[in-house]
Amino acid sequence: MPPIPTTLLNVVSPTRVPVNSELLIAEPRRATGGLRRNDVFALAGSLLAAVALASWLQNQLFAFQGMLAFILVAHALFMLFYAVLIGLTESVPVVVDKLITTLVHSLSFVMLLALAAVVTFTFGRGWEALAHANFFTQDMSNAGPLDPLTAGGVLHGMAGTLIMISIALAISVPLGIMTAVFLSEFPGRYAAVVRTVVEAMTALPSIVAGLFIYATVILGLGIERSGFAASCAVTVMMLPIIIRSADVVLRLVPGNLKEAAFALGSSRWRTVWTVTLPTARSGLTTAVVLGTARGIGETSPVLLTAGLTTFLNLNPFSGPMVSLPLATFAFVKSPEPGMIARGFGSAAVLMLVVLVLFWLARVIGGRGPGQLTPRHFRRITASSRALNYRYLARDVSAHRASRALRADGQTRRSSEPRAKGDRS
Amino acid sequence: MNDKTRPPGGQGNPDDIEETRLIPVVAVPTDLLATEILELILTDSVIDQADTPDSGRRRLTTRASTQDRIFEGISRGAGTLVLTIMSLVGLFLLIQGNQALSVAGFNFFTTEAWDPNSGNFGIAAVLAGTILIAVTAIVLAVPLAVATALYISEYAPLAIRQVLTSIVDLMAAVPSVVYGLWGMFLLEPNILGVSQWISTYCGWIPVFAVTGFDPNDPLASPTVFTASTFIAAIVVALMVAPIATSIMREVFTQAPIGEREAALALGATKWGMIRSVVLPFGRGGMIGGTMLGLGRALGETIAVYLIISPVFAVQPHILEKGSNSISALIALRYNEASPFEISALMAAGLALFVMTLFVNFGASIIISKSRSGASSD
Repeated sequence: MPPIPTTLLNVVSPTRVPVNSELLIAEPRRATGGLRRNDVFALAGSLLAAVALASWLQNQLFAFQGMLAFILVAHALFMLFYAVLIGLTESVPVVVDKLITTLVHSLSFVMLLALAAVVTFTFGRGWEALAHANFFTQDMSNAGPLDPLTAGGVLHGMAGTLIMISIALAISVPLGIMTAVFLSEFPGRYAAVVRTVVEAMTALPSIVAGLFIYATVILGLGIERSGFAASCAVTVMMLPIIIRSADVVLRLVPGNLKEAAFALGSSRWRTVWTVTLPTARSGLTTAVVLGTARGIGETSPVLLTAGLTTFLNLNPFSGPMVSLPLATFAFVKSPEPGMIARGFGSAAVLMLVVLVLFWLARVIGGRGPGQLTPRHFRRITASSRALNYRYLARDVSAHRASRALRADGQTRRSSEPRAKGDRS
Repeated sequence: MNDKTRPPGGQGNPDDIEETRLIPVVAVPTDLLATEILELILTDSVIDQADTPDSGRRRLTTRASTQDRIFEGISRGAGTLVLTIMSLVGLFLLIQGNQALSVAGFNFFTTEAWDPNSGNFGIAAVLAGTILIAVTAIVLAVPLAVATALYISEYAPLAIRQVLTSIVDLMAAVPSVVYGLWGMFLLEPNILGVSQWISTYCGWIPVFAVTGFDPNDPLASPTVFTASTFIAAIVVALMVAPIATSIMREVFTQAPIGEREAALALGATKWGMIRSVVLPFGRGGMIGGTMLGLGRALGETIAVYLIISPVFAVQPHILEKGSNSISALIALRYNEASPFEISALMAAGLALFVMTLFVNFGASIIISKSRSGASSD
């Protein structure tokens, strides 16, 4: 065994961990969270007392009526009892903390409950109409307000929504993303002005967008109310939303990626096309999908610009055209229960579309710029491996060629002895 | 490699570096040299020196290729086009509404009636209704939004935070007509009792007073409470609360962890920590989120249209039947309007537009000036 060089021993000495002899017995881990028995008792006790007192007030004293009032009174009583019970053992800040915790929990519960109610109510009432297959395959041209749900449907609304949103996307996606690229690639005073105006327009009232298109396209250019005019109104609504979220995403693209591209001699355009946009692709998709979700659900701009019809109209440039929200709106204005059921049905279809779009946005946009899906990652790995093989093959062939050359030289000068270290 | 394993005296002194570079076994000092050079390059001092005019710095200029010039032209053009469209919105409303505005003059803002064909029209009633609905909605929505945002960022178990965030974001994207349906068919029949109760016990406050309702009359009909500002405001509140929540949550979660831990280490309760760290940090976001919600509430059309029964008088009693808003007025009247009436509607739309523009500008300025920075997407 060869002797170890002493310098190496000096350099790579093992790190010593100091041992404290007092800490040899393991200290039990202290639980810092969790509930104490007192907390549970106080919570359950005051809840019980509040419900009991509230129902006594309601049933014996008739102080108030109704479920909602009962819950409100019971909640107020609960807070009171809880404060008193906690106050017996704890200090004032702890009592305040407990009360605020209760308040935050109940208020957020109210909000989430209300939101859940909106969704379930729409689907619950809409089920009546959705259960009939003709709801998806017919328009309302042959069905009157008094006809049963087995006749008529919202095909015209679904087709109208599809056509309008397609036209709106065809205009707003290239324009919006180009503008977002402009905002992030050419910063300056002009870009700042554009950005400010776009941000202010994000919350443009939808009816004003409709009114604008009504003033310009319908009154100004003399085009009749049509799907195209409605698409323009929806575009005006969607553009600022898409630009703004796309701008945020593009600004998140790491600067060193762009600098690497520039350092390799790439032009600005090639950098944007091959580095910035692909890196931000998932975020840009999310921006578009969220804009679409907003645009698809807007009623008022379509109400002003598309006109109203019960017929299926596939031509966006002539004749009125309805979208799903507009159809919903028209249905529920009727007093007939059948029409109201249809209204809920089309609202449920609309909700479904928005839910799917939103889910898509979550799936695509859950990743930041540069993070890849497994499929994308596999593809990149495969292409990288293929490149590697190609280079390897080239190296091998070059090596063979050089060896052949050398062998050739050797045979020619076979008398010369071969150099000793010439192996490379 | 960490500091302890370096050979003594192998760093810092340039002589030592020179010396140790001769020994190939010890690889550390060469690494050190590289990092030191990198640090020198990256520190400001070098750059500052380079910036001084007498250091003979080269002027770097780029000459854009044709491709790049076309690209810049196109993207600049897209920006200009968007800017033009957005400016045209205001301009066209002004041009179209000018006719009505010049006829009505300042009376446009003080007249309550809406009869443009006889020249007696103004937005006093609808403007008051719009503001009343929006303000009531915000009063209802802000506690809900703050509580929900705090719940998601502070109280909720870690496992469900992402789900709750998704739900709230999703609710911000639910079409307004769906909220309108909910308000019209589920909320309105069930809320009358609450309205009645409030007006019975709080009727002495002018806002909650209801004319034509006698709390002592057992046969009093609750129909005076239908289609009121209050009901419309609840629906609008539910619509704007998710938007405000999502902005507030974003800001609350950004509150610096060090300051949170400092507050807790000083013995603060959870609420004490929230009050002294999270809320002050997120104040800008809270105000900004509220104002963005207000901007959305001012412009809400369909949900309000479905619920209210329009009146053309200033209606300060929020529980009483009858209300109005600018957007509902436009949606109601645009269809069978004469050209002059259209012009009057455009003027009303312009008033709404200017109002929301101011609210939104205010919101974005407050958000961007606040400590938590621009975080309102």
